[in-house]
Amino acid sequence: MYNTEVTQASNFVEGVDFAFLLILGISFFFLIALTAAMVFFIIKYNAKKHPKPKEIHGSNTLEIVWTVIPFLLTLLMFYYGWIGWSPMTKPPKDSMEVTVYGRMWNFLFEYENGRKSDTLFLPKGQPVKLNLVALDVLHSLYIPAFRVKQDMVPGKEDNFMWFEPQKEGTYEIFCAEYCGLQHSYMYSWAKVLEDSTFQSWYQDTTQVVAAIESPTAAGKRIMQNIGCFACHTLDGSKLVGPSFKGIYGTTRTVKTGREKREIVADDAYIINSIYDPASDVVDGYSKGLMLSYEGQLSDEDIGLIIEYLKTVK
Amino acid sequence: MQTTNANEEVNYLEYKGKYSGIWGWIFSTDHKRIGLLYLYSIAIMFVVGAFLGLAMKLELIAPGKTIMNAATYNATFTVHGVIMIFMIVIPGLPAVFGNFLMPIMIGAKDVAFPKLNLLSWWLYVAGVLLILTALLFGPGVPDTGWTFYAPYSFKTGTNLLPAIFGAFVLGFSSILTGLNFLVTIHRLRAPGMKWLKLPLFVWTLYGTAWIQLLATPVVGITLVLVSLERVFGIGVFDPVLGGDPVLYQHLFWIYSHPAVYIMILPAMGAISEIIPTFAQKGIFGYKALIISTMAIAFVGYLVWGHHMYTAGMSGTAQYYFSLLTFFVAIPSAIKVFNWISTMYKGSIKLDTPFYWAASFIFVFMIGGLTGLVLGALATNIYVHDTAFVVAHFHFIVFGGVGFSFFGAIHYWYPKIFGKMYDKYWANVGWIVFFIGFMTLYTPMFYLGMQGMPRRYYDYLEEFHGGNILSTFGSWIMITGLVIIITNLIRSARKGEKAGINPWGGKTLEWRVPSPPPLENWDEIPVIGEEESKYF
Ligand code: HEC
Ligand SMILES: [Cu+2]
Ligand SMILES: [Cu+2]
Repeated sequence: MYNTEVTQASNFVEGVDFAFLLILGISFFFLIALTAAMVFFIIKYNAKKHPKPKEIHGSNTLEIVWTVIPFLLTLLMFYYGWIGWSPMTKPPKDSMEVTVYGRMWNFLFEYENGRKSDTLFLPKGQPVKLNLVALDVLHSLYIPAFRVKQDMVPGKEDNFMWFEPQKEGTYEIFCAEYCGLQHSYMYSWAKVLEDSTFQSWYQDTTQVVAAIESPTAAGKRIMQNIGCFACHTLDGSKLVGPSFKGIYGTTRTVKTGREKREIVADDAYIINSIYDPASDVVDGYSKGLMLSYEGQLSDEDIGLIIEYLKTVK
Repeated sequence: MQTTNANEEVNYLEYKGKYSGIWGWIFSTDHKRIGLLYLYSIAIMFVVGAFLGLAMKLELIAPGKTIMNAATYNATFTVHGVIMIFMIVIPGLPAVFGNFLMPIMIGAKDVAFPKLNLLSWWLYVAGVLLILTALLFGPGVPDTGWTFYAPYSFKTGTNLLPAIFGAFVLGFSSILTGLNFLVTIHRLRAPGMKWLKLPLFVWTLYGTAWIQLLATPVVGITLVLVSLERVFGIGVFDPVLGGDPVLYQHLFWIYSHPAVYIMILPAMGAISEIIPTFAQKGIFGYKALIISTMAIAFVGYLVWGHHMYTAGMSGTAQYYFSLLTFFVAIPSAIKVFNWISTMYKGSIKLDTPFYWAASFIFVFMIGGLTGLVLGALATNIYVHDTAFVVAHFHFIVFGGVGFSFFGAIHYWYPKIFGKMYDKYWANVGWIVFFIGFMTLYTPMFYLGMQGMPRRYYDYLEEFHGGNILSTFGSWIMITGLVIIITNLIRSARKGEKAGINPWGGKTLEWRVPSPPPLENWDEIPVIGEEESKYF
């Protein structure tokens, strides 16, 4: 289909950029022409040089001309805007599907074979359909280089975007819809790879990697991938949630319902903190910010996380 | 005419009524005093809002933390947006100049319902106080952005309900002003002041009044729905309760998009007054300007969806919203053509108000033309929710409404205060402000096209250059602002006395003394058949 000499980062770049150039071209033309006319009149008909104004009340011909011409131009711009956009709504049947989970404040990409990643790895030349799931508030997945953006709306089903990456490289992914404290840190990368490179990454399932890693390293990697560190630090400083520094085995003060109580941070407490964060809320923090990771993290994953937390001193 | 006995009459500034001191102002039903009450309240809020904007720009001068943390930054842009939009540009020109001038311009002694008019101002103050307390004394930091999008706004413990209630009270103030103006323009025109003799500023107030009346009640509906959800747990917007967050966006923009026209129409009206006065000839295309005003007011209701192309509306909805958005651009273009044509073969006097008006046309064109980029579907997807949008609406709302407001204040200042400001410093203020404005906002178009999302506390290194330039512009602009405001305040006391008609204006306000007497006219003027209908 594509015969352009310059390869674009995605199949939409050409349509979007054409509309952009067209609109900018028309805009610059009018901006410059009208400003020039205005400045010319201001100089030429300055009261000093041109003391007697001439009354001109209007001209129907001119009114018609400058209604009809802009009207036609707007139709033209609308048209190219529309045809640049309409393929974005029609994903090809053979698209590779990836589910994207957006939550405060990271993206998680889950592939059809269950592989999860915080970075979006993609094979070049393969259409991808991203199914967008927002777990808490609105987010918006934005890849400027691909010219795509779609809001991630909690509760909205069948919300997707698609594109075909056409050039190897690393591209930014931003969250474009304001989503709270760390909104500007909610970004990731799309890595477009040669198909064979992608396949070797893709076949490399989490378990295999975990087995060769030490459990603590695996725990840390899982936490990085899923974005715990957007809210928790390791160095004792407070972010959205309490720091993990020295957490394991110490006594925490939590609010259970309305009651305050003391509880030791053992395995059960941490598992519960991850699966049901609202039940025991750490004193001094607000409820509802950390959401349950039920379905996102398996018991084994949490086991590895606990191994890691034990080492954070 | 009126001018002979001018000096014997008490003007509205000196008049002593039942109450004295400040009470004589805040209980005054005189449309001129009410206009000034609005001017002062808006000016105070504007200083606060501008300071917050300056702080944001300073934070963004470099990646990472510069002067504040993320939470403070998010709170800053929220409060900045709420103040600027709801408390300044929406009431803006109609409340200040509409109140002060419209009755005089149509040859009336006051608005139709002077007490209601005072109530509008009281409601404005009440709304402002309500929102500010809701924002500043809520259980959580106000960090939702001025759009209060669901469901984030429900999650953060921000005082959403009182804030919307405050917006509703402000809306009520706006509705009452609109109603008052509609009745006044319909019923109180001086004999001979036919519809097609009305000054164009009055026509834009008329169009605006209809929008105020018809669009603002949506805020009330939203308030009711949010209350139902918050108080009774009926799921409307919150997905956790089974609601739809996109519905909230629809309701928000059904009001807030027409609100853009509430802001910009009177701004265009003021420009349509200033240009003919300084070109010393009638306006070009009087009727075309009226028709375009009414067209904008009407089509402006139907385009709110262009704020939501990425929110996942149906394809058909996208299509229509985009097409209608393009159509609403046409009447604005027509206005620009007519303004520039008015200068043709005029005899142009270069004074401060004219500089503001000409630069208004320039920045308004940039704002409008970049609006086309946002109206088209493909390009909107690319730059929506980026710095490009922020640049675009600052060109319209600050460039458009702001420049027109400054033009209007420099134009009507001698009428309102009876004094002339220092023209040299006024011109210096204008050029500094203009350069600062362009330096501040132009780089943001570029940043948006590079892909920098809006409402970003921190950014990647590649966005650094544009941000430095923009912050630098903010310093120039604020310098201009300080010069302008200092000059205006100083001149109110020290300025030379201004005559009745320092600019040679043709509209009726230039026939009453400066400052105008309490009741404007001892005798209602009669507009003769022969008098130019191109005021
Ligand atoms: C959106 C921000 C956010 C994210 C992301 C987040 N948390 Fe939390 N977390 C919090 C907050 C706020 C609290 C304190 C309130 C509470 O207990 O619910 C908390 C509490 C905890 C606690 C109890 C801490 C203590 O001091 O007793 C643990 C354990 C925990 N989180 C683990 C995790 C893990 C593991 C992840 C990643 C899988 C994670 N959190 C992701 C916000 C977050
Ligand atoms: Cu987000
Ligand atoms: Cu975000």
